[in-house]
Amino acid sequence: MVDLAIISAIDGLLPLTIGTTNLTEATVGAMTSLAPYRGQTESLSSALKSAHGMAAPANNRTTGKEGARAIWFGRDMFLLVGPDPDPALAEYAALSDQSDAWCVVRLTGEHAADVLARLTPVDLRTAVFKRGHTARTELKHMMASITRIGDQNYQIMVFRGFGKTLLHDLQLAMEGVAARGGA
Amino acid sequence: MRIDCPICGSRDRREFYYAGAAIALGRPAENSEPDAWDDYIHNRDNPCGVTRDLWYHETGCSAWVVVTRNTATHEILNCELASKVKEHAHED
Repeated sequence: MVDLAIISAIDGLLPLTIGTTNLTEATVGAMTSLAPYRGQTESLSSALKSAHGMAAPANNRTTGKEGARAIWFGRDMFLLVGPDPDPALAEYAALSDQSDAWCVVRLTGEHAADVLARLTPVDLRTAVFKRGHTARTELKHMMASITRIGDQNYQIMVFRGFGKTLLHDLQLAMEGVAARGGA
Repeated sequence: MRIDCPICGSRDRREFYYAGAAIALGRPAENSEPDAWDDYIHNRDNPCGVTRDLWYHETGCSAWVVVTRNTATHEILNCELASKVKEHAHED
Protein backbone atom coordinates (compact mmCIF):
# COMPACT_ATOMS: atom_id res chain seq x y z
CA MET A 1 0.00 0.00 0.00
CA VAL A 2 1.09 3.56 -0.64
CA ASP A 3 2.60 5.17 2.43
CA LEU A 4 0.44 8.26 2.84
CA ALA A 5 1.74 11.29 4.72
CA ILE A 6 -0.23 12.49 7.75
CA ILE A 7 -1.12 16.16 7.28
CA SER A 8 -3.15 18.12 9.80
CA ALA A 9 -5.86 20.60 8.83
CA ILE A 10 -3.62 23.54 9.74
CA ASP A 11 -0.35 22.12 8.47
CA GLY A 12 2.32 24.79 8.03
CA LEU A 13 0.18 27.69 9.34
CA LEU A 14 1.67 27.79 12.83
CA PRO A 15 3.50 28.85 15.01
CA LEU A 16 2.23 32.38 15.41
CA THR A 17 3.45 34.98 17.90
CA ILE A 18 1.61 38.27 18.46
CA GLY A 19 2.65 40.46 21.38
CA THR A 20 3.43 38.14 24.26
CA THR A 21 1.06 35.38 23.14
CA ASN A 22 2.14 32.28 21.25
CA LEU A 23 0.00 29.88 19.27
CA THR A 24 1.38 26.49 18.26
CA GLU A 25 -0.03 23.33 16.82
CA ALA A 26 0.17 20.37 19.18
CA THR A 27 1.17 16.95 17.91
CA VAL A 28 -0.44 14.83 20.58
CA GLY A 29 -0.46 11.35 19.04
CA ALA A 30 -3.49 9.09 18.97
CA MET A 31 -6.86 10.37 20.18
CA THR A 32 -9.55 7.89 21.15
CA SER A 33 -12.96 8.65 22.61
CA LEU A 34 -14.02 6.33 25.42
CA ALA A 35 -17.77 6.08 25.97
CA PRO A 36 -18.35 3.82 28.99
CA TYR A 37 -21.20 1.36 28.77
CA ARG A 38 -24.02 1.87 31.26
CA GLY A 39 -22.71 1.38 34.80
CA GLN A 40 -19.18 0.60 33.61
CA THR A 41 -17.45 3.92 34.35
CA GLU A 42 -15.70 2.60 37.49
CA SER A 43 -14.46 -0.54 35.70
CA LEU A 44 -13.26 1.57 32.77
CA SER A 45 -11.41 3.83 35.18
CA SER A 46 -9.60 0.84 36.74
CA ALA A 47 -8.72 -0.57 33.33
CA LEU A 48 -7.48 2.83 32.20
CA LYS A 49 -5.32 3.10 35.30
CA SER A 50 -3.67 -0.30 34.85
CA ALA A 51 -3.22 0.13 31.09
CA HIS A 52 -2.19 3.78 30.79
CA GLY A 53 -1.49 4.97 34.35
CA MET A 54 -4.37 7.38 34.90
CA ALA A 55 -7.91 7.01 36.22
CA ALA A 56 -10.90 8.34 34.32
CA PRO A 57 -11.27 12.06 35.06
CA ALA A 58 -14.19 13.57 36.95
CA ASN A 59 -16.53 15.98 35.15
CA ASN A 60 -14.64 19.01 33.81
CA ARG A 61 -11.26 17.57 34.80
CA THR A 62 -8.28 15.81 33.22
CA THR A 63 -5.94 13.09 34.47
CA GLY A 64 -2.51 11.94 33.36
CA LYS A 65 0.20 14.17 31.92
CA GLU A 66 1.83 15.23 28.68
CA GLY A 67 2.14 12.20 26.42
CA ALA A 68 -0.71 10.24 28.03
CA ARG A 69 -3.67 12.27 29.10
CA ALA A 70 -7.36 11.56 29.69
CA ILE A 71 -9.64 14.55 29.09
CA TRP A 72 -13.26 14.68 30.21
CA PHE A 73 -15.03 15.17 26.90
CA GLY A 74 -18.72 15.57 27.65
CA ARG A 75 -21.43 13.58 29.32
CA ASP A 76 -20.23 9.96 29.76
CA MET A 77 -17.30 10.57 27.44
CA PHE A 78 -13.53 10.74 27.85
CA LEU A 79 -10.79 11.38 25.33
CA LEU A 80 -7.61 9.35 25.66
CA VAL A 81 -4.79 11.42 24.16
CA GLY A 82 -1.35 10.05 23.37
CA PRO A 83 -1.12 6.27 23.53
CA ASP A 84 -2.88 3.78 21.31
CA PRO A 85 -5.73 2.44 23.47
CA ASP A 86 -5.23 -0.86 25.25
CA PRO A 87 -7.69 -3.44 23.81
CA ALA A 88 -8.77 -4.26 27.39
CA LEU A 89 -10.63 -0.93 27.52
CA ALA A 90 -13.08 -2.19 24.89
CA GLU A 91 -14.70 -4.46 27.46
CA TYR A 92 -16.10 -1.47 29.36
CA ALA A 93 -16.47 1.26 26.76
CA ALA A 94 -17.07 1.98 23.10
CA LEU A 95 -13.80 3.18 21.60
CA SER A 96 -13.63 5.42 18.54
CA ASP A 97 -10.48 6.61 16.83
CA GLN A 98 -10.62 10.43 16.71
CA SER A 99 -6.98 11.06 15.79
CA ASP A 100 -7.72 12.83 12.50
CA ALA A 101 -10.98 14.42 13.62
CA TRP A 102 -9.72 17.24 15.78
CA CYS A 103 -7.47 20.23 15.36
CA VAL A 104 -5.31 20.72 18.47
CA VAL A 105 -3.52 23.99 19.29
CA ARG A 106 -1.85 25.48 22.35
CA LEU A 107 -2.14 29.10 23.38
CA THR A 108 0.57 30.29 25.77
CA GLY A 109 1.75 33.50 27.33
CA GLU A 110 0.98 35.98 30.06
CA HIS A 111 -2.22 37.14 28.36
CA ALA A 112 -3.43 33.84 26.92
CA ALA A 113 -6.51 33.90 29.16
CA ASP A 114 -7.34 37.44 27.97
CA VAL A 115 -7.23 36.24 24.37
CA LEU A 116 -9.50 33.30 25.12
CA ALA A 117 -11.89 35.47 27.10
CA ARG A 118 -12.67 37.34 23.87
CA LEU A 119 -13.87 34.15 22.23
CA THR A 120 -15.54 31.94 24.80
CA PRO A 121 -18.17 32.57 27.50
CA VAL A 122 -16.55 30.17 29.97
CA ASP A 123 -15.13 31.58 33.21
CA LEU A 124 -11.33 31.36 32.83
CA ARG A 125 -10.30 33.06 36.07
CA THR A 126 -7.48 31.19 37.78
CA ALA A 127 -9.49 30.60 40.94
CA VAL A 128 -12.22 28.84 38.95
CA PHE A 129 -10.43 27.29 35.96
CA LYS A 130 -7.28 25.77 37.37
CA ARG A 131 -4.51 23.72 35.86
CA GLY A 132 -5.95 20.31 34.92
CA HIS A 133 -9.45 21.72 34.49
CA THR A 134 -11.22 21.33 31.17
CA ALA A 135 -14.45 22.58 29.63
CA ARG A 136 -16.61 21.66 26.70
CA THR A 137 -17.82 25.04 25.57
CA GLU A 138 -18.21 27.25 22.54
CA LEU A 139 -15.47 29.27 20.93
CA LYS A 140 -16.89 31.76 18.44
CA HIS A 141 -19.86 29.43 17.85
CA MET A 142 -17.63 26.41 17.36
CA MET A 143 -17.96 23.42 19.65
CA ALA A 144 -14.65 23.32 21.49
CA SER A 145 -12.70 21.57 24.21
CA ILE A 146 -10.53 23.92 26.26
CA THR A 147 -8.06 22.55 28.80
CA ARG A 148 -5.70 24.43 31.07
CA ILE A 149 -2.54 22.34 30.90
CA GLY A 150 -0.26 24.90 32.52
CA ASP A 151 -0.45 28.19 34.40
CA GLN A 152 -0.36 30.13 31.12
CA ASN A 153 -0.90 27.27 28.70
CA TYR A 154 -4.26 26.34 27.21
CA GLN A 155 -5.00 23.46 24.86
CA ILE A 156 -7.83 24.23 22.45
CA MET A 157 -9.51 21.61 20.28
CA VAL A 158 -12.14 22.06 17.57
CA PHE A 159 -13.35 19.78 14.80
CA ARG A 160 -10.78 19.39 12.04
CA GLY A 161 -12.97 21.22 9.52
CA PHE A 162 -12.94 24.35 11.72
CA GLY A 163 -9.15 24.48 12.01
CA LYS A 164 -8.53 27.51 9.82
CA THR A 165 -11.53 29.34 11.29
CA LEU A 166 -10.07 28.73 14.74
CA LEU A 167 -6.74 30.17 13.66
CA HIS A 168 -8.43 33.21 12.12
CA ASP A 169 -10.45 33.93 15.27
CA LEU A 170 -7.51 33.35 17.61
CA GLN A 171 -5.26 35.60 15.51
CA LEU A 172 -7.81 38.45 15.59
CA ALA A 173 -8.18 38.09 19.35
CA MET A 174 -4.39 37.98 19.84
CA GLU A 175 -4.02 41.15 17.76
CA GLY A 176 -6.78 42.83 19.76
CA VAL A 177 -5.19 42.00 23.09
CA ALA A 178 -1.72 43.05 21.86
CA ALA A 179 -3.09 46.36 20.53
CA ARG A 180 -4.43 47.19 23.97
CA GLY A 181 -1.01 46.70 25.50
CA GLY A 182 -1.62 43.15 26.52
CA ALA A 183 -4.43 43.69 28.99
CA MET B 1 -29.08 34.55 31.32
CA ARG B 2 -27.09 31.68 32.79
CA ILE B 3 -28.18 28.07 33.13
CA ASP B 4 -26.83 25.72 35.80
CA CYS B 5 -25.92 22.61 33.85
CA PRO B 6 -26.06 19.72 36.37
CA ILE B 7 -22.80 18.43 34.86
CA CYS B 8 -20.80 21.52 33.83
CA GLY B 9 -22.02 24.09 36.37
CA SER B 10 -23.14 27.65 35.64
CA ARG B 11 -22.85 28.36 31.91
CA ASP B 12 -23.86 31.05 29.46
CA ARG B 13 -27.15 30.62 27.63
CA ARG B 14 -25.27 30.69 24.29
CA GLU B 15 -24.03 27.16 24.93
CA PHE B 16 -27.58 25.81 25.03
CA TYR B 17 -30.17 25.03 22.39
CA TYR B 18 -33.78 25.74 23.34
CA ALA B 19 -36.03 22.78 22.66
CA GLY B 20 -39.44 24.01 23.79
CA ALA B 21 -41.77 23.12 26.62
CA ALA B 22 -40.65 20.17 28.75
CA ILE B 23 -43.52 17.91 27.83
CA ALA B 24 -41.62 15.37 25.73
CA LEU B 25 -41.38 13.10 28.77
CA GLY B 26 -45.16 13.30 29.32
CA ARG B 27 -46.17 11.29 26.26
CA PRO B 28 -49.82 10.16 26.46
CA ALA B 29 -50.57 6.44 26.76
CA GLU B 30 -51.23 4.57 23.49
CA ASN B 31 -55.00 4.45 23.90
CA SER B 32 -55.39 8.10 24.93
CA GLU B 33 -58.18 10.28 23.58
CA PRO B 34 -57.37 12.50 20.56
CA ASP B 35 -57.60 15.56 22.81
CA ALA B 36 -54.63 14.31 24.84
CA TRP B 37 -52.56 13.88 21.66
CA ASP B 38 -53.70 17.28 20.42
CA ASP B 39 -52.42 18.85 23.64
CA TYR B 40 -49.19 16.85 23.53
CA ILE B 41 -48.33 17.65 19.94
CA HIS B 42 -49.79 21.11 19.28
CA ASN B 43 -51.02 23.03 22.29
CA ARG B 44 -48.60 25.03 24.40
CA ASP B 45 -49.17 27.51 27.18
CA ASN B 46 -47.40 30.84 26.96
CA PRO B 47 -47.19 31.72 30.64
CA CYS B 48 -46.10 35.00 32.15
CA GLY B 49 -44.34 33.46 35.12
CA VAL B 50 -42.96 30.03 35.92
CA THR B 51 -42.50 27.63 33.02
CA ARG B 52 -40.54 24.43 32.33
CA ASP B 53 -38.44 24.05 29.19
CA LEU B 54 -36.09 21.49 27.72
CA TRP B 55 -32.64 22.83 26.90
CA TYR B 56 -29.85 20.95 25.17
CA HIS B 57 -26.28 21.72 26.25
CA GLU B 58 -25.26 21.77 22.62
CA THR B 59 -21.73 23.13 22.68
CA GLY B 60 -21.09 21.83 26.19
CA CYS B 61 -21.49 18.31 27.56
CA SER B 62 -24.47 17.33 25.34
CA ALA B 63 -26.84 16.79 28.27
CA TRP B 64 -30.58 17.46 28.05
CA VAL B 65 -31.67 19.67 30.92
CA VAL B 66 -35.16 20.45 32.24
CA VAL B 67 -35.05 24.12 33.26
CA THR B 68 -37.70 25.71 35.48
CA ARG B 69 -37.61 29.46 34.97
CA ASN B 70 -39.67 32.60 35.31
CA THR B 71 -40.45 34.29 31.99
CA ALA B 72 -41.26 37.58 33.70
CA THR B 73 -38.10 37.94 35.79
CA HIS B 74 -35.71 35.66 33.80
CA GLU B 75 -34.94 33.92 37.08
CA ILE B 76 -33.73 30.33 36.75
CA LEU B 77 -35.41 28.35 39.52
CA ASN B 78 -34.24 24.80 38.94
CA CYS B 79 -32.16 22.74 36.49
CA GLU B 80 -32.26 18.97 36.37
CA LEU B 81 -31.00 16.32 33.96
CA ALA B 82 -33.89 15.13 31.80
CA SER B 83 -32.80 11.54 32.48
CA LYS B 84 -33.25 12.13 36.23
CA VAL B 85 -36.67 13.70 35.66
CA LYS B 86 -37.67 10.62 33.68
CA GLU B 87 -36.43 8.28 36.43
CA HIS B 88 -38.43 10.18 39.03
CA ALA B 89 -41.53 10.07 36.83
CA HIS B 90 -41.24 6.29 36.62
CA GLU B 91 -40.87 6.03 40.40
CA ASP B 92 -44.07 8.01 41.01
